[in-house]
Amino acid sequence: MKTLKELKPGEIAVIKSVTGEGIVKRRLMDMGVTRGTEVLVRKVAPLGDPIEVNIRGYELTFRKSEAENIIIE
Amino acid sequence: MVFNDERGIEMSYTFALVGNPNSGKTTMFNEITGNTQYVGNWPGVTVEKKEGKARRFKDDISIIDLPGIYSLSPYTMEEIIARDYIVDEKPDVIINIVDASNIERNLYLTTQLIELGIPVVVALNMIDVVNLRHDKIDIEKLEEGFGVSVLVASASKGLGVTEVVEKALELAKSATVKKSELSHRIFDNEVEDSLKKVKELVNMLANKSGYSARWLALKLLEEDIKLKEKLDVSEVMMSDIKKLGQELENKYDNDIETIIADNRYRFISGVIAKAVSRKSKGNTLTMSDKIDKVVTNRILAIPIFLLVMLSIFQVSFGSIGSYTIDWLDVFINKTISGFLTSLLEAGGAADWLKALIIDGILAGMGSMLVFVPQIMIVFFFLSLLEDSGYMARAAFVMDRVLRKLGLSGKSFIPMLMGFGCSVPAVMAARTLENEKDRRLTIILTPFMSCGARLPVYALFAAAFFAKNQGVVIFSIYILGILIAVLSGIFLKRFILKGEVAPFVMELPPYRIPTLKGLSIHMLDRGKGFVKKAGTVIFAASVIIWFLQTFSFTFQMVENPADSIMGGVGRLISFVFAPLGFNDWRASVALLTGVVAKEVVVSTLGILSGVGEISEGSAELAIALQTYFTPLKAYAFMAFTLLYMPCVAAFGAIKREMNSWKWTLFTVGYQTGTAWLVAFLIYQVGKVMGLG
Ligand SMILES: Nc1nc2c(ncn2[C@@H]2O[C@H](COP(=O)(O)OP(=O)(O)OP(=O)(O)O)[C@@H](O)[C@H]2O)c(=O)[nH]1
Ligand SMILES: [Mg+2]
Repeated sequence: MKTLKELKPGEIAVIKSVTGEGIVKRRLMDMGVTRGTEVLVRKVAPLGDPIEVNIRGYELTFRKSEAENIIIE
Repeated sequence: MVFNDERGIEMSYTFALVGNPNSGKTTMFNEITGNTQYVGNWPGVTVEKKEGKARRFKDDISIIDLPGIYSLSPYTMEEIIARDYIVDEKPDVIINIVDASNIERNLYLTTQLIELGIPVVVALNMIDVVNLRHDKIDIEKLEEGFGVSVLVASASKGLGVTEVVEKALELAKSATVKKSELSHRIFDNEVEDSLKKVKELVNMLANKSGYSARWLALKLLEEDIKLKEKLDVSEVMMSDIKKLGQELENKYDNDIETIIADNRYRFISGVIAKAVSRKSKGNTLTMSDKIDKVVTNRILAIPIFLLVMLSIFQVSFGSIGSYTIDWLDVFINKTISGFLTSLLEAGGAADWLKALIIDGILAGMGSMLVFVPQIMIVFFFLSLLEDSGYMARAAFVMDRVLRKLGLSGKSFIPMLMGFGCSVPAVMAARTLENEKDRRLTIILTPFMSCGARLPVYALFAAAFFAKNQGVVIFSIYILGILIAVLSGIFLKRFILKGEVAPFVMELPPYRIPTLKGLSIHMLDRGKGFVKKAGTVIFAASVIIWFLQTFSFTFQMVENPADSIMGGVGRLISFVFAPLGFNDWRASVALLTGVVAKEVVVSTLGILSGVGEISEGSAELAIALQTYFTPLKAYAFMAFTLLYMPCVAAFGAIKREMNSWKWTLFTVGYQTGTAWLVAFLIYQVGKVMGLG
């Protein structure tokens, strides 16, 4: 099982599922992080966390701990 | 709807602006109503409901601006305000502001809004950005897909605004509200079937509560706990609904929230595929990315941030800033003062009246007013940060640092706003996900030095550190940040214990700030300070003058030290003696500074008899040198920075904390910290032989 955390800046993947629970998962889905969507990892913040991704044509940032809950194909 | 007229000719309507954060709702609101509500390029600028009247229309139309929401399942305080308004107050029409340049995610909320049973008109905002990218959006296909009217607009350019309101009016007036059956297309048949069953279960409840049955069914299927509690849904009904939900979950092998969100996005993708043709692929390198390469660069990001802040203060307190001060100083303290004196003398005014006007009001207001241009310069730069999109990047860069304090990068935004004014900054903490983080952010935000404290630094820096004013003032700002960091660690460790806050945030594209936007911000803020000078500081000056002119037996005194104020000052000065500013005037100034921090300067101005000398702030500086040393002055500035914020901020803290206990803790903590820090500065400085 590969997660979004393992991707390097510049790499693209398709989301398989979002695991985890509670408000963070819900928020991610509301913001368009859903199955079958393409994500591009844009960059990592200067201090190593969080990361910035491009999804559905906009820029979204979350922490690596959140990225770990996003399973990719 | 309210019928004002029996024939139903003139009516009043309420339209609510609803949409994702940063989609341009407030820009649209200002454009429709002629208001100047706060606009900025980051998500979460508006945190409360605002109402205004649409101009240029025959009918009486109220427009409601709301905080942005991503969905009708809110988490944060400001999002809850927005949702509650929409579902409970039921505006006549929802004007759904959709950011056309970020259309997919924005339409997610639209799929939910059309379920509410309230007429919706979609305003496809920021169409200018889409045109610039040479993308094409087929409006008819969108209308067909969603079953609502769609109009293009560009709020910031004032395009399509009137048409949107006219369309909403048309919808409101057409007596039969066409229920959008099209929302049925959104879900798979399996989901629709379950929904139908839930709908039957909740039909009664829907009638009673006034919510649309479909929406209620969906929300309960998703197990919206807040709604369940609010409507007091019976356990029996809930377990029936849960069973239906479980069936669905088994069928899809996924949880219900995911199923529904997936369905919605799949529907949107379908419509988008037909309606939008993109010239550019969404993820190619844009101007924003190029700027970001530098601004959020691994090595450069933090130095850039510090450099930006330092240059702001260098400009404000360097040649440009002092030029405006010199000019205003002469104007107020020579021209106006001279004019008033001769006027009063010619009119044969009594001595006490002359003293009140010249030594009280003019000295008090004037000593603060000279700094307004400098404050405005600082606000100009802050607006530049806010309008360009840098705020969200700062949150992105600083998240890691703030996590050490148990906060998230989002807390950085209220803190940056704190450099402007603590009142909106404290309110901006509403965007934080959990209560403890919000409290902690509220406690720390006033440590960021607000504009009103600037006159104090400017005065002391000019008097005691003439050669490097910019650097000295910058160091005070850094001190504030440092104390906030240490306080954060301390409070999180011992008082506001809890888990690390999550961090999920959108980063808006950079936008070139418009001159109009910048000048509105700057003038608005400047006007605020002038207004404050004309009201609060005017009143304070009069009171201070009386208290320093009369003794406890209401006799006029020769020497202010014998006055009521002198008495009070001497009474409390023991508190400040260990900090080095034991002179009664300094004590009183700090006391009056609670009204508004600029009043510290006004008080010192009055007590030093500046109006009388009519040489202005240069004279005040000389007067201060008689009872301050550079070391004492620095400790005094530090104390001014850190101690409890002004009454207005106190009020905001009270409102946002919604608890006396927390409010008193906050100001107690701040004042205690101020004392301790000033004490350390003075005592350590003395040991080191600084003064
Ligand atoms: N290019 C362009 N920019 C726009 C348009 N409308 C608004 N903006 C910009 O978009 C940003 C956000 O505008 P706001 O009006 O504050 O957005 P909002 O929806 O009220 O945001 P929140 O209060 O955070 O929910 C600002 O920088 C505006 O200048 C538009 O039509 N075109
Ligand atoms: Mg707004």
